[in-house]
Amino acid sequence: MKKSVVTLFLAISLLIPVVTNAQKVVCKIKGSDTCLPLSQRFAEIYNKNNAGSGISVVGGGSGVGIAALLSGTTDIAQSSRKMKMDEKLKLQEGGKSVKEVIIAYDALAIIVHPSNPVSQLTREQLEGIFTGKLTNWKDVGGPDLKIIVYSRETSSGTYDFIKEHVMNKKNFTASALMMAATGAVVQSVSQTKGAIGYVGLAYVEKEVKALKVSYDKGKTYVAPNVSTAMSRKYPVTRPLYYYFTNTVEAKVKPLVSFILSKDGQNIVLAEGFVPLS
Amino acid sequence: MKFRKAIEKFSESILFASSTVTTIAVLFIVFFLFKSGMGLFSASPLEDGYALAVNASNPVKQLTSRQIKDIFNGDVTNWKEVGGSDDAIQLFTIDELSSNYTEEQLGASLEHIPACVNDYVSKNKGVFAFFEKRFLDKSFSGRMVKVPNITLAEFLNGREWYPTATPVAQFGVLPLILGTLWVTFLAILIAIPVGLITAIYLAEIAGDRMRRFLKPVIELLAGIPSIVYGFFGLVVIVPFLQQLFNLPVGETALAGSLVLAIMALPTIITIAEDAIRSAPVSLKEASLALGASHWQSLSRVVIPYAKSGILAAFILGIGRAIGETMAVLLVTGNAATMPSSVLEPVRTIPATIAGELGEAPFGGTHFKALFALGIILFIITFVFNTLVEVIKSKKSS
Repeated sequence: MKKSVVTLFLAISLLIPVVTNAQKVVCKIKGSDTCLPLSQRFAEIYNKNNAGSGISVVGGGSGVGIAALLSGTTDIAQSSRKMKMDEKLKLQEGGKSVKEVIIAYDALAIIVHPSNPVSQLTREQLEGIFTGKLTNWKDVGGPDLKIIVYSRETSSGTYDFIKEHVMNKKNFTASALMMAATGAVVQSVSQTKGAIGYVGLAYVEKEVKALKVSYDKGKTYVAPNVSTAMSRKYPVTRPLYYYFTNTVEAKVKPLVSFILSKDGQNIVLAEGFVPLS
Repeated sequence: MKFRKAIEKFSESILFASSTVTTIAVLFIVFFLFKSGMGLFSASPLEDGYALAVNASNPVKQLTSRQIKDIFNGDVTNWKEVGGSDDAIQLFTIDELSSNYTEEQLGASLEHIPACVNDYVSKNKGVFAFFEKRFLDKSFSGRMVKVPNITLAEFLNGREWYPTATPVAQFGVLPLILGTLWVTFLAILIAIPVGLITAIYLAEIAGDRMRRFLKPVIELLAGIPSIVYGFFGLVVIVPFLQQLFNLPVGETALAGSLVLAIMALPTIITIAEDAIRSAPVSLKEASLALGASHWQSLSRVVIPYAKSGILAAFILGIGRAIGETMAVLLVTGNAATMPSSVLEPVRTIPATIAGELGEAPFGGTHFKALFALGIILFIITFVFNTLVEVIKSKKSS
C-alpha cells in the first residue's frame, strides 16, 4: 500500500514537468520603460502558471532593447516606437529577419494644470503650442498666461509619437522643458499653472487635467479613456511592440500567444493600457 | 627570513597588478569615449538608409542641415531663400504617394513605388523629396541633395539641439555647454562661501561635542543618492522658487545650482576643515602670543596657511557638481535654449547624456553625438583636476 502511494507520487511528480514542458519559455525581454510594467506583469503571471519558465524583463529604453536584439543579448526587444530604418538595415546585414508583434495600445493624454479653464484643443492648436507658435493661453481661449510646454526626452518613443502624429513631424519649440520620466512630467504640470504636457493614460492622476482632443478641426472633441481609445475614437493612441528575430520565433511563441489571448489582454487592461480589441 | 621576502614580493606584485588593471581600465574607457565621440565628425546628419532628392532642373546641389530643418518645419517655403530659383518648395514623402497615384499604379504589392517616386520627382519642378533609399529607382532622374558632414565648428557653435529631428538631426551643443557652465558657476558661488564658513566654524569655533555631532551629519550628506536630492529639489525647491520670484516655471538654472551646491557642500566642508586643522598649533600660538586676537590669528595666519588645501576643497567640490546627472536632470527643466537668465530653464551636458543615451540607436549619429558631449565634459573635468595638481604642487614648492 505504502509502496503504491510512493510510486503514484513519483509518477505524478514526473508527469508535471512533462505536461508543462510544452509551455515552458525561457527568454529575456529588454527595452522600453513604457512597456516595462506590462511585460513584468506578463512574465510574473506566465512564470507562475507554467512551471520551469524563466522570463526575465529589463528596462533601459526602446533603443537599448533594439540594440540588444542586434547584438543578440536579448530574445525580445520591447519598444514604444516602430523600429527605425537603420536598425532594420543592421539586422538584415546580420542575416536576420525581424518579426513585429503589437501587444497593446497606449493612449496618450494631453494634460494641463487643474486650474486651467481650457478643457479642449484641436490638433492644429496642439501643433501650434508644441512648436512654439502659440505662446499664450489666451490664443486658445484661456486666461492671459504664458504656456509652458513640458515634453519627454527627444529619444523617448512617446516624444517620437507626439511629434509624428500630433505635430505633423515638425519640431518641438527649443524652449520646451524636457523631462526624464513620465512621473516628472505629471509632477511638474501639477505644480505649474501655465503648463501643458503629454503622458500615457495610465499616468493621469487627479493632480492634473486631461484635455479633450479634436482631430477634425473642432467638430468633435473626444476625452481620453480606455473605452474611447479601444474604439479608436480617441486619436492619440499608439501601439506598443515586441520585436524578435525569426531564429527565436518558435521559442517565444507560447508567450506571445498568451499575451494576445483574452487572459493576456485582461492584464493589459488591468495595468491601465489599452487592449487590442 | 626567506619566507618574509616571498610575502613581500607577493604583496608587491599584487599592488603592481591592481594599479596596472586600474590604469588599463581608465585608459580603455577614455579610448572608448574618444573613439565613439570622434565618429560623429565623419557622420552625415541624414539618417542612414534615407535619401533627399530634387528635380533635375533645380540648381540647388547641397543644403546644410539647418536649411533642411527650416524647410521641413515650414519656415522656408521658396527655393530662392536657399540659393535656388524662384519656385515654391513642394515637400514630398512616401505618404503623399497614395493621394497622387492609384493603387493600380503603385502595384499590388507596392512594387512600383520606386517608379512612382521617380515620376513624381521628375514632374514637379519645386519638389523636395525625402524617402528611403530602397525606393530609389534604377533610372532615377532627379538629383540627390548632398548634406555636408557635421563639422567641429558647427557642433560647438550650433545653437539647436534636435538629435532626433527628421530628415536631418541638429547637433548644436553651445546651449548645453553654456547651461552646464552657468549651473556649475552659480553652484560654486553659493557653495564656496557657505562651505568655507562652515569649515572655519567646525575647525576653530565649534566645541568638541558640537563638532563630533556635526561632522558625521555633514559627511552623511555625501552618501545620499543624487536622485533623492533631485526629487527633493523638484518638490521643494522648484515650487519655492516659483512662488518667491513669481515665475511662470520653477525648473530653472538657479534650482539646479541650489541642489548642486547642497551636494558639493560635504566635500568642500570636509576637505577645507581638514586643511584648516592641519595648520600647526605653534603658528597660532605664536600669533596669539604676539597679542593678536583669535579672529586676527585665524584670518591672517591659519587661513593663509591652509589656503591651498581650501582651494583644493573647492575644486574637488566643483568636480563633483559639474558631472552630476540625475539631480540636475530633474530640476533644471532641460530646455535646450541659450540661457539668458538664471531664472530660466537650462539643459546641462550630463543631464542630456543621462536622458538620451538609453533610447538612442546604438552606434548611430545621435549615439556618437552623446559621446562627443562626454568628451567635452571630460575636458572640462580634466581642466579642473589639472588645476588641483597645479595648486598642490605650488604648496609643496
